[in-house]
Amino acid sequence: MADTKIFGMLAEFETPAALLKAAVKVRNAGYKKFDCHSPFPIHGMDKAMGMKRSHLGFIIAIFALIGAVTGLGLQYWVHSVEYPHIISGKPLFAWQAYIIVMFALFVLFGAGSAVLGMLHINRLPRFHHPVFFSDRFSKVTTDGFFISIEADDPQFDLRKTAAFLQEIGGIHIERLEEQ
Amino acid sequence: MTGNTKPVTVPEKQPLILGNQTFKSVTDKISGIVEAKTPKEWYLAFAIAFFGMLLLLGSIGFLVWDGVGIWGLNNPVAWGWAIVNFVFWVGIGHAGTLISAILFLFRQKWRTSINRFAEAMTIFAVICALMFPGIHIGRIWLIYYFFPVPNQMGMWPNFRSPLLWDFFAVGTYFTVSLLFWYTGMIPDLATFRDRAKTRARKIIFGIMSLGWRGGNRQWQHYELAYLVLAGLSTPLVLSVHSVVSTDFATSLVPGWHTTIFPPYFVAGAIFSGFAMVMTLAIIARRFYGLEHFITTQHFDKMAKIMLLTGSIVGYAYATEFFIAWYSGSDYEGFTFINRAFGPYAWAYWIMITCNVIVPQFFWSGKLRRNIAFLFVASILVNVGMWFERFVIVVSSLSRDYLPSSWDYYSPTFWDIITFIGSFGLFFTFFLLFLRFLPMISMSEVKAILPQADPHNSEGHE
Repeated sequence: MADTKIFGMLAEFETPAALLKAAVKVRNAGYKKFDCHSPFPIHGMDKAMGMKRSHLGFIIAIFALIGAVTGLGLQYWVHSVEYPHIISGKPLFAWQAYIIVMFALFVLFGAGSAVLGMLHINRLPRFHHPVFFSDRFSKVTTDGFFISIEADDPQFDLRKTAAFLQEIGGIHIERLEEQ
Repeated sequence: MTGNTKPVTVPEKQPLILGNQTFKSVTDKISGIVEAKTPKEWYLAFAIAFFGMLLLLGSIGFLVWDGVGIWGLNNPVAWGWAIVNFVFWVGIGHAGTLISAILFLFRQKWRTSINRFAEAMTIFAVICALMFPGIHIGRIWLIYYFFPVPNQMGMWPNFRSPLLWDFFAVGTYFTVSLLFWYTGMIPDLATFRDRAKTRARKIIFGIMSLGWRGGNRQWQHYELAYLVLAGLSTPLVLSVHSVVSTDFATSLVPGWHTTIFPPYFVAGAIFSGFAMVMTLAIIARRFYGLEHFITTQHFDKMAKIMLLTGSIVGYAYATEFFIAWYSGSDYEGFTFINRAFGPYAWAYWIMITCNVIVPQFFWSGKLRRNIAFLFVASILVNVGMWFERFVIVVSSLSRDYLPSSWDYYSPTFWDIITFIGSFGLFFTFFLLFLRFLPMISMSEVKAILPQADPHNSEGHE
């Protein structure tokens, strides 16, 4: 087999509190490319890791507005341009009656972009990832709390990072390899 | 003021999840249900439900073959059981959305034990609902008339009609509910993936969980997406059934043409939906031994919501009567006297008994925690809410403005079979869900355990 490339380092922690404290220490040590894995979102973790607010909200707002405009445009085009018929005495551009379909498409586009946008930002679906090569990592969806530090991080050093993770309370420290 | 004040005792809050659960025990319990051998009782229930679904498919086949004449529709009553069933099933869905969206925004942590299967119930109920107008059109191969698609006739649907609003509202509702349900399930599907022993399960749950790694950089966006979905679904709880009610309210039929319809329908929908959640929760809890997860506290809270919405429904019945009299319209006045004392009085009084009287028992805390009583009450409410729609649809249509065209409506064999069959369809999906998917949200339940709070555990510095 060819030389395996190191992806990073994985350390396990025992409780959500331990993970939170360790996250602060990893950030203070200057690491940028690290992640904290847990079975459920931990309150205060975004702050501990020094993460910025998610920008997903803007994406959703834009798509939701596109949905509403699509709804209005579709109804305007159908009743005023393509198929202008007066039905039950209502005006051709009966905007009051158009609001419900506009709202429905607003919600539909908003919800669709929330899910697809979330997957896109998270780079999912991605079925193949080096953390999955760790046998212990399968605990992460049950009761495992992990920190992974990537080798791409400028601070990363095989020996020093391992020692550092041990120092901040990590157990079962292992190397992750790209395969 | 005397200095003799008694210390205030704050009643201790009962934990939401009982049995000193750990993160692992939650996963073991919920995943264990799906990983264990299929219970014999499940096969029996599934066989019955599947038979019901076959009845439905058969009756739809005959309907397509022979036309809507096989139903009991007659000249004044052109909307019969199919529309009654449509409104009934859409209404049931609303509780699932209320639990998953509104209670989420209000930070009601108790929702985590029941939201997953309430959402599943929503989706399956909306499938049943969407089916009815679809088959009611008679010539099912012309269903594309509904959709705004270019066609050979150069014809477009009328967006000024509430029937089209309804199509968009319910279609959106279904899609958003499905997205919400699936998004909520991704972390739990990842749990199944990580516990999978066989290759087939590894592949199936591996694909379904999309490679979820539980990293906080993922959770951050995930939580925001979930929050936005809840925010977008919240107005849907109110809007979908309001739009359904405009199918009635924008017409001129006496008894339908009222402004009270949207709020009245929404309250009724939530009322009936909670009754269905309760019925299903009581059965699933008993059968799968989930007493630690769905506690009497949960039922107590659901019963309180039913008491509130049931009372709103009762109040709406009274308001309708009052306005019919106060409006001075002879037709409105007659319609309501006819509802209570005319040929459909039997349906009206079933409705009043089940929807107005039954929930009033929930004032008693003891009864709210009595599972056997709740089970019976929830089924009665379901019956009552079906009759509410029957009374609205049929009593108004059968005797409207012109006495010479009055006629009595009664369902045929095929109406009944189709309705029973829709339960078959619902339970087929629901049983498959219970068997193969996580019926309680593991990641959300874990997050409300006391040890999940990082400021709660040992080691403060």
